[in-house]
Amino acid sequence: MTMANWFYFASPSTFYRLAGRTAPLFFALALVLGAAGLYEGLVVAPTDAQQGEVYRVIFIHVPAAWMSMWIYFVMACYGGLSLVFNTRLAAMMARSLAPTGAMFTFVALWTGSLWGRPTWGAYWVWDARLTSELVLLFLYFGFIALANAFEEPRRGDRAAALLALIGLVNLPIIYFSVKWWNTLHQGSSVSFRGTSMHVTMLASMLLMALSFWMYSIGTSLVRVRSIILERESRTQWVRGLAA
Amino acid sequence: MNAAAAALAPAPVRASFAGGFAWAFARDLRLTLRHPGETLLVIAFFILVASLFPLGVGAEPQLLQRIGTGVIWVCALLAAFLSLPSLFAGDYADGTLEQMALSPHPVSAWASGKVAAHWVASGLPLTVLSPLLGLQYGLAPDTLGVLALALLVGTPVLSLLGAACAALTLGARGGGMLLALIALPLFVPILVFGAGAAEAQAAGLDPTPHLSILAAGLLVALVGVPAAVALAIRIALE
Repeated sequence: MTMANWFYFASPSTFYRLAGRTAPLFFALALVLGAAGLYEGLVVAPTDAQQGEVYRVIFIHVPAAWMSMWIYFVMACYGGLSLVFNTRLAAMMARSLAPTGAMFTFVALWTGSLWGRPTWGAYWVWDARLTSELVLLFLYFGFIALANAFEEPRRGDRAAALLALIGLVNLPIIYFSVKWWNTLHQGSSVSFRGTSMHVTMLASMLLMALSFWMYSIGTSLVRVRSIILERESRTQWVRGLAA
Repeated sequence: MNAAAAALAPAPVRASFAGGFAWAFARDLRLTLRHPGETLLVIAFFILVASLFPLGVGAEPQLLQRIGTGVIWVCALLAAFLSLPSLFAGDYADGTLEQMALSPHPVSAWASGKVAAHWVASGLPLTVLSPLLGLQYGLAPDTLGVLALALLVGTPVLSLLGAACAALTLGARGGGMLLALIALPLFVPILVFGAGAAEAQAAGLDPTPHLSILAAGLLVALVGVPAAVALAIRIALE
């Protein structure tokens, strides 16, 4: 009976080869999409009527913020998979995504503060989005720290997976709580998305988001390959690779 | 099963949520009463940190009135968090936790009992003492009432979420700071709505929306978090 074996690539040794073959492809896609997105954003897109040239940081800032949340979601899904099916590979994928997610969260915060200085006159305001993004950064740090805090790697996998799931439930609550807290205190003084966006700006933002997405897949595949090698270093097939 | 085999079997402990909860609650409460020092330390920490703020920011009554509710909430949060490591660590170290896991009661039952006892030993004293600290900050009497009420509803959620994090970090390197890193971000919504309730009252607004959301959070946490705590304990005992 020739049925597709859905679990074929759930084995670290087969996935190691698949990841090795596909990672360069994702990096190439990231490069092409990123070049197109930057060209569209920095050359083609018109200067903003209100903010001048400084708004162009949006082409890094918004895609990075999108990816920071999306990666957390994917990471928590892998964590859930690893808890439910007790698979090793899902937990390794969750681990390999975390540093990239933290990096994008940091980039979103960093570019946001660089953008905030000329437009709002401050590097940091306690806006709902900024605050919840900062909390998200700490959720990533907590995940990474917890995953590496145990002698037994599987223990770290499972503890961090549960933490990611708890964080996933809490994240929308955190966002809405700070949003309400903020509106109670100072009103919506920082909403600046009044005008509808130019088509080229949106296209550039989407291209950059796709590029970041491909980059995240590529880096997490490379990272998961080294995690697999580290964990499976005593097995026959890894020794075969080294020989 | 025939009658003879039933007669030979040892009298079974009937597995039930209520039984496990009551047993663990009574046990941990008795342990707390035998060692009252730990609870007193939490209270001393709470009062001490709250007294440091006027020394740091200045003693103008308007300023203290303005920041009072927030300061007391942050102090309560830190105090509740500081007592978390002792919730499971002792029982984990001497193997009691594994024996408990072998009992017929569901893990979430006795874990909830332990959390409830932890709240009685940490959250409840802070709630009772909070009006006293509020007086030091010159808060109005009606604000004091709302502050205590918000703490009464909010601190159990802190104990529940904190218990899940404490169970996750059992046996981890860098225990205390790791616990802070993973628990404190999860406490943000409680802080926002808890401090918001008292602040709304102080500003002459209706605190009911904040308190309702806080109570809703407590109900959701009561239903959902014990399962997470139980799973975290099972992961720790593997």
